[in-house]
Amino acid sequence: MSRIEQTFKQLKKSGRKALIPYIMTGDPSLDVTSKLIADLESAGADIIELGVPFSDPLADGPTIQRASERALQQGVTLRKVLDFVKKIRQTSQVPLILMTYYNPVFKFGIEAFAKEAADAGVDGLIIPDLIPDEADDFISAARRSKLDTIFLLAPTSTQERIKKVVKVSTGFIYYVSITGITGARLSIGGPMKDTLESVKGSTNKPVAVGFGISTPEEAAAVSKLADGVIVGSAIVRLIAEGKDVGEFVRNIKEAI
Amino acid sequence: MNKKVPDSKGHFGAYGGRFVPETLMPALLELNAAYKKYSKDRAFLKELSSLQKDFIGRPTALYFAGNLTEKLGGAKIYLKREDLCHTGAHKINNAIAQALLAKKMGKSRLIAETGAGQHGVATATGAALVGLECEIYMGSEDIRRQSLNVFRMRLLGAKVTEVSIGSRTLKDAINEALRDWTTNVRNTHYILGTVFGPHPYPVMVRDFQSVIGHEARKQILRAEKKLPDCLIACVGGGSNSIGLFFAFLRDNIRMIGVEAGGHGIESGEHAARFAGGSLGIFQGCKSYLLQNDDGNVLGTHSVSAGLDYASVGPEHSYLRDMKKIEYTYATDDEALAAFELLSRKEGIIPALESAHAIAEAVKIAPTMPKDSIIIVNLSGRGDKDVQEVARIKGIEL
Ligand SMILES: Cc1ncc(COP(=O)(O)O)c(C=O)c1O
Repeated sequence: MSRIEQTFKQLKKSGRKALIPYIMTGDPSLDVTSKLIADLESAGADIIELGVPFSDPLADGPTIQRASERALQQGVTLRKVLDFVKKIRQTSQVPLILMTYYNPVFKFGIEAFAKEAADAGVDGLIIPDLIPDEADDFISAARRSKLDTIFLLAPTSTQERIKKVVKVSTGFIYYVSITGITGARLSIGGPMKDTLESVKGSTNKPVAVGFGISTPEEAAAVSKLADGVIVGSAIVRLIAEGKDVGEFVRNIKEAI
Repeated sequence: MNKKVPDSKGHFGAYGGRFVPETLMPALLELNAAYKKYSKDRAFLKELSSLQKDFIGRPTALYFAGNLTEKLGGAKIYLKREDLCHTGAHKINNAIAQALLAKKMGKSRLIAETGAGQHGVATATGAALVGLECEIYMGSEDIRRQSLNVFRMRLLGAKVTEVSIGSRTLKDAINEALRDWTTNVRNTHYILGTVFGPHPYPVMVRDFQSVIGHEARKQILRAEKKLPDCLIACVGGGSNSIGLFFAFLRDNIRMIGVEAGGHGIESGEHAARFAGGSLGIFQGCKSYLLQNDDGNVLGTHSVSAGLDYASVGPEHSYLRDMKKIEYTYATDDEALAAFELLSRKEGIIPALESAHAIAEAVKIAPTMPKDSIIIVNLSGRGDKDVQEVARIKGIEL
């Protein structure tokens, strides 16, 4: 069982939900990211998502786009993120997921990337512009290196898509709570809730919900419907403003 | 082996496919089904054909450029006059067809990206025609150099939204249009302006543009009683070129796609994806891409906004591998010289994009026999570029 699956299993036993914060690696610098990971862990993060900067982040809203630009200006690349994870692993065993667009992985070489990511201590991968239909090579490489492949679903997803995504996802399933991009306004209920219920109904795998969750109240509401809560833009915004993320993350942790 | 190209998921051999957020998948599948249905629907095809004739002004002329031919002293040069299409470029062939399709699909809103502004104008025109709301995304750098087209779009009732992140050109406008579509996918249709992006766009846009080649084939057979020896077209995303070439693919004719050489390949400031790129995945599909070793997309440069793009349609990559189409490039300077040459010799001011194709004809026509024939796709007219050319020449208007 992977470290991510184990995390969800233990949380479930104690009736708790996973808190999964997202930060952009290298925003504003790798040193700060390293410190932020420690802060997030002590504030109660169960799993941490590390964004990999990309020149054209088409699934991201302005907050993460700007974070991505800042990290690129720092010279952060996919390879540097792997080196960074290796360093983090000397001090922390928190499950780490990379969230990267597909082209950097493709350019790196899918097989080599999976192997080096696993060696560095990465636990799972989220690739927002890779759908299962195009992911055969990626999935087999990840399986060989024992990396979890976390695919996404959305309020627009049909039964057919849900079936497809659930089948190839390991670790958990990422349910995108809004029809839109990261950082947009969340609205709980309607298609968001209906599709989430049919996702939950179609699998025993954990389902975590992300995109648009920015307050403890929203996190609380979402945690009633899912196994985990992902918080990204709200944290990235605090980092951009130079504010403390520890207290914010602790408040979310208490709410869920 | 007789594999269907593209396959049902839009793969042209190793290229194409669908690389998009899952949120968009139901919309792409819906679009694919609708396109399949309507591309065989008599009433739809009749309506489209009548709009092509009476609204766009098709068939466009195939004009024998006698003065240019004489000046170059070799092959006979014919121009396929897409510049005579309503709104001034081939882009309208696709935009009207997709607007009509979106209306049939019950969508209430159209969005599009634009570089040169021609596709934005064409989409705004289509939206006005079928009565749908319209928003166009355009990079701030392109807004500056194509200000005339920005005003045209607004006159046509479209909202023009400036994109000022990244390189502020076409690729950033496409990112923003994809973000909009991801957010408003339920009521919105995205009219992608070239043979790029996720399946079915590369196939659908090619089919809507292939009217260019079907006409040209008939016209040249009527005029010369034989097929041409060579076809030339500029390649941005690749829609006017595939539009001309597609009807000739079985004919064993030399076909040349001309990319933007910008300041030259060595300078790194260009948009010649085949000369300077490598296989990558960008904005929905797999194709040749200008990228660095880390897989980040490089900035591009061209004097023509419509060719200033980091990747190229997947079918072009495939046809290049199959050795059906050759690709070369023309630099900014060569294109500007061709722009002036055609204006003076033929009384036709070409779009700067199309001037890249003319520049290639200038290079090869003199090397060909006098009874040989070249067809150049004159993809658009140059009115939109007049201000920018004046600026480059240091002339204040
Ligand atoms: C007049 C004209 N020609 C050519 C192009 C390049 O596009 P494509 O390669 O899709 O024909 C454009 C794009 O804006 C254009 O406006």
